Amino acid sequence: MITFLVRRLLSTIPLLLVILFASFVFMRSAPGGPFDAERALPPQIEANLEAKYHLDEPVEKQFLRYLDGLLHGDLGPSLKYQARSVNEIIGQALPVSLVLGATALAFALLVGIPAGVVGALHHNRTEDYLTMSVSLLGICVPNFVLGPILIIVFSFAVGWFPAGGWGSWNQLILPALTLGAIRAAYIARLSRAGMLEVIHQDFIRTARAKGLRERIVIGKHALRVAILPVITYLGPATASVLVGSVVVERIFSIPGLGSFFVNSALNRDYTMAMGTVLLYSGLLIFLNLMVDVLYAVLDPRVELA
Amino acid sequence: MSGKPRETRLEPRGDTRREPLARLGREDPLDHTLEPEAGVGFWRDAFRRLLKSRMAVTGAVLLIVVVLATLLAPVLTPYGFEEQDLARQLEPPSLQHPFGTDLAGRDLLTRTLYGGRLSLAVGLVATLVSLVIGVTWGAVAGYKGGATDNVMMRFVDMLYSLPFMFFVILLVAYFGRHLILLFLALGAVQWLTMSRIVRGQMIQLRGQEFVVAVVALGAQHRRIIFRHLIPNLLGPIIVYATLTVPAVMLEEAFLSFLGLGVQPPNSSWGLLAADGASSITAIHTAWWLILFPGLALAVTLFSLNFLGDGLRDALDPKLRNR
Repeated sequence: MITFLVRRLLSTIPLLLVILFASFVFMRSAPGGPFDAERALPPQIEANLEAKYHLDEPVEKQFLRYLDGLLHGDLGPSLKYQARSVNEIIGQALPVSLVLGATALAFALLVGIPAGVVGALHHNRTEDYLTMSVSLLGICVPNFVLGPILIIVFSFAVGWFPAGGWGSWNQLILPALTLGAIRAAYIARLSRAGMLEVIHQDFIRTARAKGLRERIVIGKHALRVAILPVITYLGPATASVLVGSVVVERIFSIPGLGSFFVNSALNRDYTMAMGTVLLYSGLLIFLNLMVDVLYAVLDPRVELA
Repeated sequence: MSGKPRETRLEPRGDTRREPLARLGREDPLDHTLEPEAGVGFWRDAFRRLLKSRMAVTGAVLLIVVVLATLLAPVLTPYGFEEQDLARQLEPPSLQHPFGTDLAGRDLLTRTLYGGRLSLAVGLVATLVSLVIGVTWGAVAGYKGGATDNVMMRFVDMLYSLPFMFFVILLVAYFGRHLILLFLALGAVQWLTMSRIVRGQMIQLRGQEFVVAVVALGAQHRRIIFRHLIPNLLGPIIVYATLTVPAVMLEEAFLSFLGLGVQPPNSSWGLLAADGASSITAIHTAWWLILFPGLALAVTLFSLNFLGDGLRDALDPKLRNR
């Protein structure tokens, strides 16, 4: 287990380096620059700015400089928000996205898995059709439609929750629902399919044969294996949810990290964009590793090689 | 998909153990499970099974209705796409305006129908782009194998771990905010899964006897891949392409919502929904502005997913003639 982890962690380093280098080069070669504005800056000022941020150096030297900063835990200064560093911005926005994302995921799991299991246990009966139709609805209604509809219903018509903002628990409910709905739908479908496959296997029959109660058979023995597809899905889903969803943050005016993903690339804020890419890719790779480990924990037939 | 029935198999018969039995002229009792009814080709059989699936037929009918409605928009509504009636701003749905009117007094039904043309076109074109890139990439990687395969698939892995938005925005930055380029950019980020599927299938097919035979006949690689191998993969390719259309449409809507996709005066369902979402305030809630474009999009995605699932069942060779 330990050697597996160490080897996998080591093997992610070259992958991350390639990702960093590729996005670095890709972004630098895109037309436009961070100091483009409505009114062009005088050439001397622009040259001075570029010199200050070392943008006048050759790309490979800039990249090495960036890597050097990275090794010291420094993501560099933001080129657009000029008094702030990328570390500062991420440090402020990430916790917001983390809280929102974790709530949304918890909702998705708490709704999705039971729904999927109920559907599978009542295969091809009303309960099954009902949960599957609702989950397909969840997949087909995009979050930028769901969000405003939730606001209209629960903020303006009923008045239970505020329509936006950040800071108190009741401002968390609607955005978490919006962000979690599609994940809940996918999780329900995946856990239903997983459960249907597992339920006819021999070890379930054995568990029943030795007289275990149905609740234990399903909840303990079958579920462990049935949710493996859900675990696989959770890797990328967690990464995308935790780093924030631009759309949900915009609809509910939440100061999360999502908007920086879009704006930094749009503004050619090179360092900020690299910071977000690094965060997302690093998180994704780490979570995929966790998925592999969880597989081995949940399914004793899986060995880590 | 050509209309004429053809004896194309997804999995060329690999079970050679039955060969001696057949040569002896004896009946293999299991053989009827492998062999379809005489004269029923793969595509005709698949089509027949597709028609039997209630889900797939529902999806197809809904989809045809939506497509026809957007194409027949000039006949269906008396208003023009840009036609304003400033006396009737933000009117709720009524007989004259079944979907209500927007902030500029335009008929929302008209705008939804015309906007749908763009949404559907994006879905179609971007999927075609992703199809061309993904199939070619995956086929070459799977066919060549070895180091080529390794490098090509590591490239796919790398793109997988980049955030999607970042990728699209940079592509849009490269090529400008032109509509055609939006189509291309969306297709250019959607080919990864397709290439993985095609590569996996390709590796399975590569070792089959008929490929060895074509190689022995001296065919060129390009001909082997495109003439002999890819036709055998049409099933999974069609299924995945059908499921790519809703994914791309959703992404277009998502980008348009953020103001990065379709630009006014053009419109799409995503852009209409964005207008609707931004017009919601505590003072007046014009719910129809978000509901109807959202509904149009949802119905289309719904039908495409239904059709895709039905196609998957119909084209699955394991379920043939059942």
